[in-house]
Amino acid sequence: MRITQGTFSYLPDLTDDEITAQVAYALGNGWPCSVEFTDDPHPRNVYWEMWGLPMFDLVDPAGVLQEINDCRRAYPAHYIRLNAYDAGVHQTMALSFLVQRPAEEPGFRLDREEHGDRRIRYRLHPYVLDRPAGQRYT
Amino acid sequence: MSDRWSAGVIPYAEMGYWQPDYQPLPSDVLAAFRVSPQPGVPPEEAGAAVAGESSTATWTVVWTDRLTRYEDYQAKCYRVDKVPGTDDQYIAHIAYGIDLFEEGSIANLTSSIIGNVFGFKALRALRLEDMRIPPHYVKTFQGPAHGIVMEREYLNKFGRPLLGATVKPKLGLSARSYGRVVYEALRGGLDFTKDDENINSQPFMRWRDRFLHAMEGVNRAQAATGEIKGHYLNVTAATMEDMYERADFARELGSVVVMIDLTVGYTAIQSMAQWARRNGVILHLHRAGHSTYTRQKNHGVNFRVIAKWMRLAGVDHIHAGTVVGKLEGDPNSVAGYYETLRCDRAAADPVKGLYYDQEWMSMPAVMPVASGGIHAGQMHLLLHHLGDDVVLQFGGGTIGHPMGLAAGATANRVALEAMVKARNEGRELLAEGPGILRAAAKRSRELDVALSTWGDVTFTYESTDTPDVVETPTTS
Repeated sequence: MRITQGTFSYLPDLTDDEITAQVAYALGNGWPCSVEFTDDPHPRNVYWEMWGLPMFDLVDPAGVLQEINDCRRAYPAHYIRLNAYDAGVHQTMALSFLVQRPAEEPGFRLDREEHGDRRIRYRLHPYVLDRPAGQRYT
Repeated sequence: MSDRWSAGVIPYAEMGYWQPDYQPLPSDVLAAFRVSPQPGVPPEEAGAAVAGESSTATWTVVWTDRLTRYEDYQAKCYRVDKVPGTDDQYIAHIAYGIDLFEEGSIANLTSSIIGNVFGFKALRALRLEDMRIPPHYVKTFQGPAHGIVMEREYLNKFGRPLLGATVKPKLGLSARSYGRVVYEALRGGLDFTKDDENINSQPFMRWRDRFLHAMEGVNRAQAATGEIKGHYLNVTAATMEDMYERADFARELGSVVVMIDLTVGYTAIQSMAQWARRNGVILHLHRAGHSTYTRQKNHGVNFRVIAKWMRLAGVDHIHAGTVVGKLEGDPNSVAGYYETLRCDRAAADPVKGLYYDQEWMSMPAVMPVASGGIHAGQMHLLLHHLGDDVVLQFGGGTIGHPMGLAAGATANRVALEAMVKARNEGRELLAEGPGILRAAAKRSRELDVALSTWGDVTFTYESTDTPDVVETPTTS
């Protein structure tokens, strides 16, 4: 399967040039960028690991791409996303898209716990979580 | 004793309801009424009559006024302007002191402003065009249960409009069939599916069965995509007790969103907004019935006023027009509605039909919903007119896809992401939109088929309701 979190997951994976264009758009709007990575794809996993602090004072898209590439080298099989943060108006993320995903995405198991009145409690379980962090996509 | 207190009937203007020198206070509620007086009634008297009948006056002089500080409680018509291009319509501006209104009550506000006065015989027609809600009064309302920012953080979706679809056919599906539509549309790429306004709890599908099957579809789609999904479970019912029961059940099932119809009434909407904030569930409002009083230009209430009331009342979503779809919506007017719902400060702008500056004092924003006769081939127009903070709802434009529901959903999602990406890259959407869609369709058979099915469908009828400063109605 292919998880579809992020702004552009229904398009082919963005090339570095395409990523740079999006970063330039974000910086042009005054939105600082940050890079985050994880090996837990659960949709409620909000806090991906931060690859350093948000790059508040960086104005050159090439610098952001370099951070992405450094993160890719360090975590070649993790999910990596690029965030752009709008502190001026909304005070939340203005853009957030994947710039790397594992080659194999095993997906999710849906567990159901049945109750007497036909209610079902659902639990979403990423298959990769059966292995410890850091050993999930190797 | 002055003539003002002689028994009998005297013109409203002479009773103090016409005060051309009045300077509105920062705390006054202001209202702009479109007034069509009966022949022979001077416009200032018509405006004064509206001010009187929507505040303290009755048809004759009453001595008991003199037991009050009536000058404070009287609404004042302070300006009357002829509407350009008409010979019998006027915009009357009226100021109301804030003491006239109960804190945090849309019911009380509207019982004054639109209570009796719309049936007043001295007017042929009357329309409430806009209101300025002063910060002092804004701050007495809860406002949206969550607002756009919290909704995006809750759903983990940023940088693009959200996508939805209303389940069709809106009436007649069994619960099991209904859940199938939910599952297919969500796994195909939509963020939300939606009950329609008139799907409540009918013989062919009772509400509890619908909720259970819809949530099975939602959870399956989350597992298939790794994304948060939602279905607007319509909890509209005959009584508040029924609505609370249904909403509580939706929350227990883990739904991120519930829905109500405008037909439930202002008080019920405010109650549900409190429930939604207390329970962490997004509140969607369908504006069912609004066109009965919002559409005609000379009588009723403009939708921009309803939008303001609903932001105060506290809904998170409201249907607010598409510009390009099948339902009424002049582009400039729709831009005014969207600004009213989304901005913290909206400046008066006659082109957009906004009569007053409006400050929201950091009240959360409402997510507008564009629904009704829109399809993937219009994605560049939708993004251009409506921006990012909007839910685009493609009902027929998803479910009617020749390759199936999930394919219809995928077509919409691909078109949307391709258009957002292109815009961010600096491409001109209006000029290049169709080319951007065709290029994206080369890598998506779902989008390719959608474009050949609906690519040339348009709804270009002249709007019945447009701002008056625009000489001719604009078209999309």
